Amino acid sequence: MSHDFSRPVTGHVPVLRLGDILLVTLQGDLYDSTAQQLQQDIGDTIVSTGVTGVVIDISGVEIVDSFLGRVLAEIAAQARLLAARTVVAGMRPAVAITMVELGLTLPGLRTALNAEAAMNLLSGPDQDTRFGGPRQENR
Amino acid sequence: MQTAAGVEACLPIRSDMDLVWVRQHVRQAAALLGFSLVEQTKLVTAASELARNTLVHGGGGQMETEAVTGGPANGLRLTFSDEGPGIPDLERALSDGYTSGDGLGMGLGGARRLVHEFAVDSTPGVGTKVTVVSWAARSPRPRGEL
Repeated sequence: MSHDFSRPVTGHVPVLRLGDILLVTLQGDLYDSTAQQLQQDIGDTIVSTGVTGVVIDISGVEIVDSFLGRVLAEIAAQARLLAARTVVAGMRPAVAITMVELGLTLPGLRTALNAEAAMNLLSGPDQDTRFGGPRQENR
Repeated sequence: MQTAAGVEACLPIRSDMDLVWVRQHVRQAAALLGFSLVEQTKLVTAASELARNTLVHGGGGQMETEAVTGGPANGLRLTFSDEGPGIPDLERALSDGYTSGDGLGMGLGGARRLVHEFAVDSTPGVGTKVTVVSWAARSPRPRGEL
């Protein structure tokens, strides 16, 4: 059996600071533990640098399952509590189709078509009152 | 058949690292069988949900992959089995929003929507076996045949 695929991402995902924004680029297939580590790293970096925005570029991600979806939603919720806004950028169309069928629409998550559009979105005023609001609860 | 070598496999599911190999193998197998990108993405996502169930709720297990050929379209069958506690209330486990772990409660019911055939065989105290099959869409016929 041969595996001619991109190597799985282990350990830490690099978190880059560009002015007031953190840029996180997810590539390939993540271990669950890597995704959870990223969640912690982003929180720590927001606090230590005082950035006001987080862009998560997922254009290199082939699937978003309910675990990764939950991690993305929690990063956004956690960033909001730390006074930063989060935009998920570059989702592939096949990933979007699959997430909707899976039932994973993540209503609280702000998205942009690419990282540049996400940066522009974050440089503007925060007009969306629903932004990063509480997740809809099923009762 | 020639693609069988790249499709048939039995992979252990013992850690989150194994989940990565499960996803990569299912993608490779689906690509070999002619699944489109969207079909591959759906099946790999379903496999990821089911493999995580095997790991988290079943205490680990394995996934077998098998090509289903001979019909009008190529199919891929995935069988996830564990010897865990089993699922006491299957109907509830399949409903959206139900979670016994720390996911979004989309695992089993969500995976079912992403595949064409779905079967669960679970005996409390003995284990759980989830079998799914997806089919590659038939490739469009050449113009001459129309």
